[in-house]
Amino acid sequence: MSADSFAAAPTDAVTMARFEAVVLPWFDAAYNLARWLVRNDADAQDVVQESLLRALRYFGSFRGGDARVWLLAIVRNTCYTLHARHAPESQRESLDDEVLALPDEGPSPEARTLLAVDIGSLQQALERLPPPLREVIVLRELEECSYKEIAAVTGQKIGTVMSRLARARERLRADLSPPSTEAGRHDVR
Amino acid sequence: MTCDETRLLLHAYLDDELDAAQSASLLAHLGACNACAARYADHAQLRTALAQPALYRRAPDALRARWRATAPVAAPASTTARPRRGPLAFALAAGFAGALLLTSPAWIGSLRAPGTADDALVAQAVSGHLRSLQPQHLMDVASTDRHTVKPWFEGRLDFSPEVKDLAGQGFPLAGGRLDVVGGRTVAALVYRRHLHVINVFQWPGEAAADPQPYRQHGYTAIEWSGGGMRYVAVSDLNEAELRQFVREYREGAPLR
Ligand SMILES: [Zn+2]
Repeated sequence: MSADSFAAAPTDAVTMARFEAVVLPWFDAAYNLARWLVRNDADAQDVVQESLLRALRYFGSFRGGDARVWLLAIVRNTCYTLHARHAPESQRESLDDEVLALPDEGPSPEARTLLAVDIGSLQQALERLPPPLREVIVLRELEECSYKEIAAVTGQKIGTVMSRLARARERLRADLSPPSTEAGRHDVR
Repeated sequence: MTCDETRLLLHAYLDDELDAAQSASLLAHLGACNACAARYADHAQLRTALAQPALYRRAPDALRARWRATAPVAAPASTTARPRRGPLAFALAAGFAGALLLTSPAWIGSLRAPGTADDALVAQAVSGHLRSLQPQHLMDVASTDRHTVKPWFEGRLDFSPEVKDLAGQGFPLAGGRLDVVGGRTVAALVYRRHLHVINVFQWPGEAAADPQPYRQHGYTAIEWSGGGMRYVAVSDLNEAELRQFVREYREGAPLR
């Protein structure tokens, strides 16, 4: 077969092959992030489908580097544009107070019992987190991104990533702790 | 380190993002402060719990099927409907589990005049080159030292591949891996030229007389044989530079 047979879309064919080799290995990662951000299967599938189309459209501008980070950033943006109700704006007011605003709840050390870490409890606790905290947890704990990678995906500073992770985990910890009879202030000094 | 600092930095420590000095300072505090130590234990437990695979949402098959059905370019390519051995089978045979997501680009099988087995082999070499560009897929042994690369192949192949040091000619060796061409396991050497990657596939055999360079879609493949071995070099380098590479490779002193 001569090259003429591909005259219709030669660039597209090779672009597609490269796209499949470079981007599609992160199909699961894309879905995992989308699913946790929008919290239902149908919306997550729409987000991933749209994200891949966008990724393919912009693929010409992808200059190597970390394809996973690149794709996850697109997925995140697509989540927030397709599903405005999930957008972080609604929570923004409470999220710009960074480091010093760690919550102070939690059981006292003496009364400490195991956290409820069964799958069902964890899932509910994750879904209850506001999106800006949920996304850093999902990227860090499920996707195992480094702080630098999370910063690249979310467009935040590394310091912001770190403080949001701390806040997210403190919320999870409080959420998963058995109710304590005494409010603990023991752990601050 | 204070309790407040510890409350923040213990996360960076858990995430392996804290430098050695701060880590030591944090551990010293945890050793001396029960409240922070308890907090740390909770977060360590939480981290372990969140690592349970059941929390990871894998893409449903239906979504993959939907993507394949609507991917804009996959459709025209598949109309060639040429029976082919999918790279998937090759990838599995070679143990490249990471290549699972690759679909077989149908155009690969149609790159040159149809019908000849040799062309199919070159096409597969190009396919292997594309596959190798997948992250973590370029090399199984990463080394700029041919004395490391060559022994790596020992016991993995039924022949001893020729590995040449071309760093002095501007083509540093980057590593090697096993690949599959024509259903057999072959050696793939990875060389670099600036930002470009060159894959050299080799296996015992003879190329057809006077093989022509093959060009398509920005990739060039040059085939040759010598010393009972058959070679295909594939790259997105321009053809002149790839020809130069092949010349240097053929003339370069073999490693004994
Ligand atoms: Zn303390």
